[in-house]
Amino acid sequence: MTGDWDLAEECAQEAFAQALDRWPRDGVPRSPGAWLTTVARNRALDRLRRRTNEKTKLAQVAGLSRGAGDAEEVDQVYDDSGVPDDRLRLMFTCCHPALPLEAQVALTLRTLAGLTTAEVARAFLVEEPTMAKRLVRAKGKIRHAGIPYRVPPAHLLPGRTAGVLAVVYLLFNEGYVASAGAPLVRSDLTSESIRLARLLVALMPEEAEAAGLLALLLLQDSRRAARVDAAGDQVTLEDQDRSLWDREEIEEGRQQLEAALALGRPGPYQLQALIAACHATATDAAGTDWPRIARLYEQLAQLAPSPVVELNRAVAVAMSEGPAAGLVLVDALADTGELDGYHLLAATRADLLRRLGRSGEAAQSYREALELVTSDPERRHLTRRLAETSGHA
Amino acid sequence: MKYMLIHCVAESDELPEGGKPEAEGDLEAWLDEMERRGVLKHGDRLRPTSEATTVRLRNGAPLVLDGPFAETKEQVAGYDVIECADLDEAIEIASKHPCAGLGTVEVRPLWAQ
Repeated sequence: MTGDWDLAEECAQEAFAQALDRWPRDGVPRSPGAWLTTVARNRALDRLRRRTNEKTKLAQVAGLSRGAGDAEEVDQVYDDSGVPDDRLRLMFTCCHPALPLEAQVALTLRTLAGLTTAEVARAFLVEEPTMAKRLVRAKGKIRHAGIPYRVPPAHLLPGRTAGVLAVVYLLFNEGYVASAGAPLVRSDLTSESIRLARLLVALMPEEAEAAGLLALLLLQDSRRAARVDAAGDQVTLEDQDRSLWDREEIEEGRQQLEAALALGRPGPYQLQALIAACHATATDAAGTDWPRIARLYEQLAQLAPSPVVELNRAVAVAMSEGPAAGLVLVDALADTGELDGYHLLAATRADLLRRLGRSGEAAQSYREALELVTSDPERRHLTRRLAETSGHA
Repeated sequence: MKYMLIHCVAESDELPEGGKPEAEGDLEAWLDEMERRGVLKHGDRLRPTSEATTVRLRNGAPLVLDGPFAETKEQVAGYDVIECADLDEAIEIASKHPCAGLGTVEVRPLWAQ
């Protein structure tokens, strides 16, 4: 039984929207997953009752309710205890390997996180119509190819996790540095992705990368309060008030990381968590073990090559060996053209030039970055830097 | 859900007439299992592309040519129509067919479900 994908999707989205609206007002319910599931199910039933061919349609909602055949049965099946997290089920459907990886991630962001198509497009650095088309194609395939709507059985589970982990990570990133609009951090998205990562760890305790991902998210999130100042502007790692860092989250993150490493299967998330842990345990920016971070980025670049990892490595090298060494790497990266249109490439370059005292060139790069940036706090940060460097020019 | 499994292999890798005993045994086992599970609707192996004929209608007249439609390395060597629960089961069925080891099995949902 495949279930009615469109219906499940629509209702889960509505439940998520309601949660965003209600939880800040009424508080988060004791069991958020069950709450979302109940709301989604009630929505589904409302809709189905309104449809003409009630019996057939009720059979379709079985996809949302573990095979119940009518409304009453659906209610009985769905008590709050032992309810499989419905959103996790949606995740595995979205992340089915028969879908292209990019579509998997996009679909989950759109469907589960309630991101707009424009936001998903920005997360992928593509135009909105391109993303809209990709989403429509993916949904068509789920429906027509019979991709099941369920958490896969145990023997299929390990093979299906890579896509799910990637999705949770991107979801966190979207919340951590919101790609568009006013707030820098969308804590609804970061806490949602941490919740999903916890669920994955509980579901797959032997999966080192799931624990690695959870560790990474916790360690990153621990800096949340220090990343934005009273005016809502971005504070860079260097200038953050480290007393604002969440010690509990850091401790939990380190424990998760230890547990992950103990499984003896290193991976990109564990490496990134190790990097985050270097930051979290340093007393200040100067006391950070930058050479170790640069080495970890190098390992990461081997394990999971990506131009964004290269950019981060360049920053770590700049911190440990000086801005000139970092600039060489950044310029080499710019020459590949792989990060054209990515504002952080221009912003990093600008920053290194500024540190080298090459104010004129720095200002030029800040202007480039400003043309590309879409989030307001990042724009203000860059504007401030531009004013500083222009003043020196 | 109904799917067609389209078995594609390079013809040089195809089973010779009569088949290699081992691969033929694998196929027998696959057929047995799928018939027992009741998922196999029908299917067959195709004669080689040297025995294929392509037909096109051009300006109202049939244009008949020798050979397959496309000159690619892998050719359709056979097909099966199956009916099963979902794509995961279809993938499991396809992965057990000897062609999955020799070449590629394409899993296509049928238009009319």
